[in-house]
Amino acid sequence: MTDSKYFTTTKKGEIFELKAELNSDKKEKKKEAVKKVIASMTVGKDVSALFPDVVNCMQTDNLELKKLVYLYLMNYAKSQPDMAIMAVNTFVKDCEDPNPLIRALAVRTMGCIRVDKITEYLCEPLRKCLKDEDPYVRKTAAVCVAKLHDINAQLVEDQGFLDTLKDLISDSNPMVVANAVAALSEIAESHPNSNLLDLNPQTINKLLTALNECTEWGQIFILDCLANYTPRDDRESQSICERVTPRLSHANSAVVLSAVKVLMKFMEMLPKDLDYYGTLLKKLAPPLVTLLSAEPELQYVALRNINLIVQRRYVLGDDLRRMFLYYSLVLGNSRLSPIKVMFTIAWYITVLAELKEYATEVDVDFVRKAVRAIGRCAIKVEQSAERCVSTLLDLIQTKVNYVVQEAIVVIKDIFRKYPNKYESVIGTLCENLDSLDEPEARAAMIWIVGEYAERIDNADELLESFLEGFHDESTQVQLQLLTAIVKLFLKKPTETQELVQQVLSLATQDSDNPDLRDRGYIYWRLLSTDPVAAKEVVLAEKPLISEETDLIEPTLLEELICHIGTLASVYHKPPSAFVEGSRGVQHKRLAGSSVESPDAGSAAGASEAPPAVIPSQGDLLGDLLNLDLTPPTTAGPPPPPSSGMQMGAMDLLGGGLDSLVGLLHNTTLLVSVQVWLPAMKAKGLEISGTFARRAGVIQMEMTLTNKAMSVMTDFAIQFNRNSFGLAPAGPLQVLSPLSPNQSIEVTLPLNTVGPVMKMDPLNNLQVAVKNNIDVFYFSCQYPISMLFVEDGKMERQVFLATWKDIPNDNESQFQIKDCHLNASSSKLQGSNIFTIAKRTVEGQDMLYQSMKLTNGIWLLAELRVQTGNPNYTVSTVLGLFMSWSHNTVVVLVLC
Amino acid sequence: MIHSLFLVNASGDIFLEKHWKSVVSRSVCDYFFEAQERATEPENVPPVISTPHHYLISVLRHRIYFVAVIQSEVPPLFVIEFLHRVVDTFQDYFGVCTEAAIKDNVVVVYELLEEMLDNGFPLATESNILKELIKPPTILRTMVNTITGSTNVGEQLPTGQLSVVPWRRTGVKYTNNEAYFDVVEEIDAIIDKSGSTITAEIQGVIDACVKLTGMPDLTLSFMNPRLLDDVSFHPCVRFKRWEAERILSFIPPDGNFRLLSYHVSSQNLVAIPVYVKHNITFREGSSQGRFDLTLGPKQTMGKAVESVLVSSQLPRGVLNASLNPSQGTYTFDPVTKLLTWDVGKINPQKLPSLKGTMSLQAGASKPDENPTINIQFKIQQMAISGLKVNRLDMYGEKYKPFKGIKYMTKAGKFQDLPTQ
Repeated sequence: MTDSKYFTTTKKGEIFELKAELNSDKKEKKKEAVKKVIASMTVGKDVSALFPDVVNCMQTDNLELKKLVYLYLMNYAKSQPDMAIMAVNTFVKDCEDPNPLIRALAVRTMGCIRVDKITEYLCEPLRKCLKDEDPYVRKTAAVCVAKLHDINAQLVEDQGFLDTLKDLISDSNPMVVANAVAALSEIAESHPNSNLLDLNPQTINKLLTALNECTEWGQIFILDCLANYTPRDDRESQSICERVTPRLSHANSAVVLSAVKVLMKFMEMLPKDLDYYGTLLKKLAPPLVTLLSAEPELQYVALRNINLIVQRRYVLGDDLRRMFLYYSLVLGNSRLSPIKVMFTIAWYITVLAELKEYATEVDVDFVRKAVRAIGRCAIKVEQSAERCVSTLLDLIQTKVNYVVQEAIVVIKDIFRKYPNKYESVIGTLCENLDSLDEPEARAAMIWIVGEYAERIDNADELLESFLEGFHDESTQVQLQLLTAIVKLFLKKPTETQELVQQVLSLATQDSDNPDLRDRGYIYWRLLSTDPVAAKEVVLAEKPLISEETDLIEPTLLEELICHIGTLASVYHKPPSAFVEGSRGVQHKRLAGSSVESPDAGSAAGASEAPPAVIPSQGDLLGDLLNLDLTPPTTAGPPPPPSSGMQMGAMDLLGGGLDSLVGLLHNTTLLVSVQVWLPAMKAKGLEISGTFARRAGVIQMEMTLTNKAMSVMTDFAIQFNRNSFGLAPAGPLQVLSPLSPNQSIEVTLPLNTVGPVMKMDPLNNLQVAVKNNIDVFYFSCQYPISMLFVEDGKMERQVFLATWKDIPNDNESQFQIKDCHLNASSSKLQGSNIFTIAKRTVEGQDMLYQSMKLTNGIWLLAELRVQTGNPNYTVSTVLGLFMSWSHNTVVVLVLC
Repeated sequence: MIHSLFLVNASGDIFLEKHWKSVVSRSVCDYFFEAQERATEPENVPPVISTPHHYLISVLRHRIYFVAVIQSEVPPLFVIEFLHRVVDTFQDYFGVCTEAAIKDNVVVVYELLEEMLDNGFPLATESNILKELIKPPTILRTMVNTITGSTNVGEQLPTGQLSVVPWRRTGVKYTNNEAYFDVVEEIDAIIDKSGSTITAEIQGVIDACVKLTGMPDLTLSFMNPRLLDDVSFHPCVRFKRWEAERILSFIPPDGNFRLLSYHVSSQNLVAIPVYVKHNITFREGSSQGRFDLTLGPKQTMGKAVESVLVSSQLPRGVLNASLNPSQGTYTFDPVTKLLTWDVGKINPQKLPSLKGTMSLQAGASKPDENPTINIQFKIQQMAISGLKVNRLDMYGEKYKPFKGIKYMTKAGKFQDLPTQ
């Protein structure tokens, strides 16, 4: 008797029948009925009508029945939330059962019921279970936190479950650690900027210990988590590598690939001359190749990843031979794209023995691909070019027709890649002229003859022989022949006049093909009007060809290396490009290779910090727009800063000095050149820049770099509404197209008459840049000092009165630590910060300063300098904007 | 992590679905069916398919597609490995993994899937633990259950799940204690006409069947452990000990498992166990070609080469072949031009040969290609890499187990390439 019987009762009154059975007194009958219900549910039938009856079966000692009812509950609680409440009591009771299996099962099931009302009841049992004495319960509870977070994130934070989860990373049981890491990773995905997985050497050590003892799945979680860590120095990264290396021998391919990811990333930090570095490289290769002998689906993913890895490092060496062999043999398996893989591999193979063997195979199509692979190999790897050419010559010697033809096509490309290097083989090529019957090969040969006409004595004879059947040739060959003969004529005008006449008349008069006729006429006119110009046009130097189609842009490659083993690595796209709901995906970079000084990460950090010190900004926008300063009339001495005021100001800052010091650090970035738009976010366009005020004009100075492989044109720029109405005063001056790897510096003048909207932080600017590829958006922050206008000098009297009038709440105060000031007031004035008064009180220099913003708002500051003490105290008033106004002062002082 | 699982049969029906988080509509499988339609062969459906909101990762085994639905960035290998593990578990439980078997045991299947994954995180995938939680169905147990009303679900906490050896359950008892190890090697090679090896490599595995009482701690040592430089181990093997002493030390799982797999690549000089001498010629203008092929053993340490099967794709111009095998039988398919020769065992005293003529299409030009020859064979009692187990010791238990080790070599992809 099997379970299939549950599928057979599909009569009309089924639900009714089941209901009766569920309410039966007999235990056995009840259980059978629940099984039937589950079976119906499995095949997608709606059995939600039975909810109360099934829930009634829940209070049972029978474990299987309990499990079945739980299964049912998980599926239908959502559609019957009120009914589900009925089940809560049993859950809570089960969470205190002496049997840990039941406790774990209850907490697991509760987490799966996605009903808010139930979730509330879950908190207490979950808290208990997270601290359960039995590790099995703890590890189940850890996952439950992730489930709960998915349902109600706020609740999880409020209840402090995240901290408990973090504590579990230090649990004594490795399985609990692994599950805690898995849960935290999942939660962290929805909070990209939180440092939930705050990794420090201690936790790393815990993780590495757990790594050895937990299940294979736990190892994957831990390894993926390790990959996000940035070691402090090369010694730490070496010790992590050492402890991760044994995972390469794991039978589970996902463990192996995750370990490879960690190693690839941490290797960047090791000095390349270290012995260990070499050892590690050697250890990476065999497991990668071993992945390929697994099931086809695994091979597919493995290959996509190997493709990435080999582009980054020469890891494979001899093992590539194995891989290549393997792929030559399973070529029929089209779950992969073997030919493409073969090319990438072929690129590294400097030993061509296999290719040569295959070039004489039976399968014509395969042979062609093999010969092409040799050619691409030559073009991609210069060191191998010589061997490739000699191999190709050997192949031509075989006289096998299609091999020869394919080889000639390939050699043409090699000539173009390495001019004046291999032309000695032309003689051999010419011997095979007669056997060529495919258009592509004929065209290639004609091109060679035309291009090297001066080295081939009988070039005219050769071309003439082609000319005989001109009209039977394909267009490709005709066009090539026309060009070749014109080239020949320009090189040896005396002997070939007749030939060129002949071909021009054939092309222009006897041909129906418009392309051919047009080209013929152009040559004819060129030759008849200006032979010198003709020479320049026809014999112009050709650009070198390059072979890069399989290569990934370096920036993208760098990011993808950090994502080895993930979907990103399969699609060869950054995760931000396709992952659904990628909530502010963090771009990962390899640590050792950050070329640009402010990393994308630290720039993001800078943008987060300011809001922390901006006090309540309720009506900031209104104030910003309507603030009207009436100059006060009363006069008096500048108020000495009292200690009480200082205290108040400190409190007002909320974050206190620490956050300010942090802020100071960040604000320095604002004036240095920053990468605003990393290339990987903008299809290869990188924009970095800074702001400046020069001769009263605000300027945005940008460097546009094309890191993509194609030319970029049609640049335009636009700003979103912003706090001070900044807008471009003219179009973006990028006139010439931007070719790959080229940079251009652009200065964009700005005005402040654009539409106004309050931004957060205030100095945030959202920019859209358009080019022929796409529109890209980025945001940047401009230094507020840029907005200080030249007439910002306040009357002394007015200053005093204003200072007094402004309520204390508007004042903030902070210290600049360890700063050696030597900026005179004239230097400050250069930045439109005007010193109104200066006095010395008890050995302290007090500087009173005023600034005016483009929108007419005044800022007043007091700078207190204690002689011989590198610390300065700054008080600023008119503190609606104090949070950034003192940043600015600091910036100026620091520069 | 893994959101849902759909099982799709060969005719494209979803016959089972399981959701670990919220329910994902079946319609998501339409993307899979589309990809399936585009694929020419069932095995050509791409393993990773992206849809607007989900990713579908599938494996095909036993003519059933196991389609996992995921929503966030998850290592695809993780999912694929897991799906294979699911199939292995089904096979382990029901003997076969077919649609009928899954439907017959749908409750057990559901219970298993529930235990294997929690909220998309793998929970218990070791067959030992699962079997403690959910007892595999047997005829006897089904009958007992029907009569007594007891269940398949274990009442006890799966103790193994918490121990340091999660792969082994406690309280194992056998009357006959035995441990068998099979060393199986497959050799892949390409040989050119002169007989020299272009590439050769060996893929080997050691499969074990261990039925020992209690908590035995085994050590397995090799005569020549140096051969094993590229290995992947079952998690039970203590890696540190292997690194330091080149000894396999482990507490084995109960029952069948793969202890390790390894590669021996061409650097370590792979011995080729057979050789092929062949002479296939076509004469210009003649409608006849000559075919002459002889096989012989080479470096087999006196062991017999068995189950030899030679196959070759003859050139398109060949109409028919009339050949005379010295032993075994041959077939030639005039449509696909595939020649297969079932040789059987190679007798070193009387080498098997296949000689005769091929008739060519009249008037066709001489085929200038030489066919590739594929060879399959088996050699019992020998591991071609020369790997030899030195000794197997058991610690931690008092009884004396029965130990056995078997060797076998098979041809994987073994090609003989003629060159000119």
